[in-house]
Amino acid sequence: MSRTRTGTEQLHSLSGAYALNALDRAERDAFERHLEQCPQCAQDVREFAATAARLGAGVALPAPPGMRAAVLGRIDGVRQLPPARRGIATLRRRALPLALAACLTGVLALGGTAVWEHQRARQSAEALQDLTAVLAAPDARTVIRRSASGATATVVASPSRDRAAFLGSGLPTAPEGRTYQLWLADGGTMRPAGLMSGDGASVLTAPIGRATAVGLTLEPTGGSPAPTGPPLLLVPLPH
Amino acid sequence: MTDAATVPEDRHDPYATPPRRSRPEGARVRRPIPFGTPQERSAPDLPGIMEHVARGDQDAFAALYDVIAGPVHGIVVKVLRDRAQSEEVTQEVLIEVWRQAPRYRPDKGTVMTWVLTIAHRRAVDRVRSAQAATAREQDTAAREHARPYDEVSEQVEIRLEGEQVRRCVRGLTELQRQAVSLAYYGGLTYREVAETLQTPLPTVKTRLRDGLIRLRDCMGVTA
Repeated sequence: MSRTRTGTEQLHSLSGAYALNALDRAERDAFERHLEQCPQCAQDVREFAATAARLGAGVALPAPPGMRAAVLGRIDGVRQLPPARRGIATLRRRALPLALAACLTGVLALGGTAVWEHQRARQSAEALQDLTAVLAAPDARTVIRRSASGATATVVASPSRDRAAFLGSGLPTAPEGRTYQLWLADGGTMRPAGLMSGDGASVLTAPIGRATAVGLTLEPTGGSPAPTGPPLLLVPLPH
Repeated sequence: MTDAATVPEDRHDPYATPPRRSRPEGARVRRPIPFGTPQERSAPDLPGIMEHVARGDQDAFAALYDVIAGPVHGIVVKVLRDRAQSEEVTQEVLIEVWRQAPRYRPDKGTVMTWVLTIAHRRAVDRVRSAQAATAREQDTAAREHARPYDEVSEQVEIRLEGEQVRRCVRGLTELQRQAVSLAYYGGLTYREVAETLQTPLPTVKTRLRDGLIRLRDCMGVTA
């Protein structure tokens, strides 16, 4: 299909068709990517899905006799999916981002020094949504590293959203005239991925792409196009 | 009395709307219907049951089965029409619900919405994979052929929920009604809906959306 004119406006108008399962696969995928950036669409879809379910419940039919026994007999041999992809280890990793998300609601609401600089430029609600979207992604994975100085860096990455979030605690406030800068280590290069002044959390401003690690450096205020010194922290991206 | 779809009727809760029959003729009440299907409102504690199912409790799943089997079977039959295929898919969906239960997220919608979304998508996927293999004409012929089963479903729709849904569907424009029905009950893509109704694609997209908005408001859905 050669329809590349599916702009945001058009994707938005597909929420009805999406909730009715009336999109072909390519459009469904495109719409689901759009959904992540469109809270209004997500709300529409939730309500439309509930509406469609009412249409479904409206045509309920007694299930065939014998099916109950058959189904209840079969589930004994069917293993349930874990809440997240891979067993208990993943469960712990999943629980952590969600707990962090809950905590951060408070942090960001305060709007104090803990909020990343680049987030100040945006609505803090929007920033929180971005952050929550990564932390709560079904495929979110977490890596935690401690620095020698006792600071803790947590990286949560969602391959499906192609985004990572960085959460720092115990970081000293950046000295006057300096700022922390995040980087995505991509082979031999470091891509700039946002600024921060100290402890806090942020979604990296660049997509993960093929990056293998997240780095943190101290840079002159305003940030640098490339790191001016060795990273204070280098956290491998989870995979 | 093991018919799943009839169980919720028997357990009707005291807060359910009074029988529609008692309403004076002509009083087209636009009052929203309380949220939650009768199944969901009358079922003691569907989210609670679901938590147990998510932890692998098979008895809890039996209770869930009694609430969801009828609605699941109904929508699968509506989309697929063919009796043998529908039974197969209904069973697949119910087992899928068991398998995926730990991934149910209450913040994304009610248990019934979640279950029926799985059921509808599975039925639609089956139709489309069958269409990929079969010529459209043959498929249509098969649907005509399966017509008697559809009449059975029409008869069962006398249930209250069916009445409420039908009332709201009657409130749609003709084009909205046809588009939504062909997409949801017929399992067509909106492109196929546009072809079937010989209506421009953007119009169909819009009618599906504003049709759903009108249904949502009529049903009092808040998600």
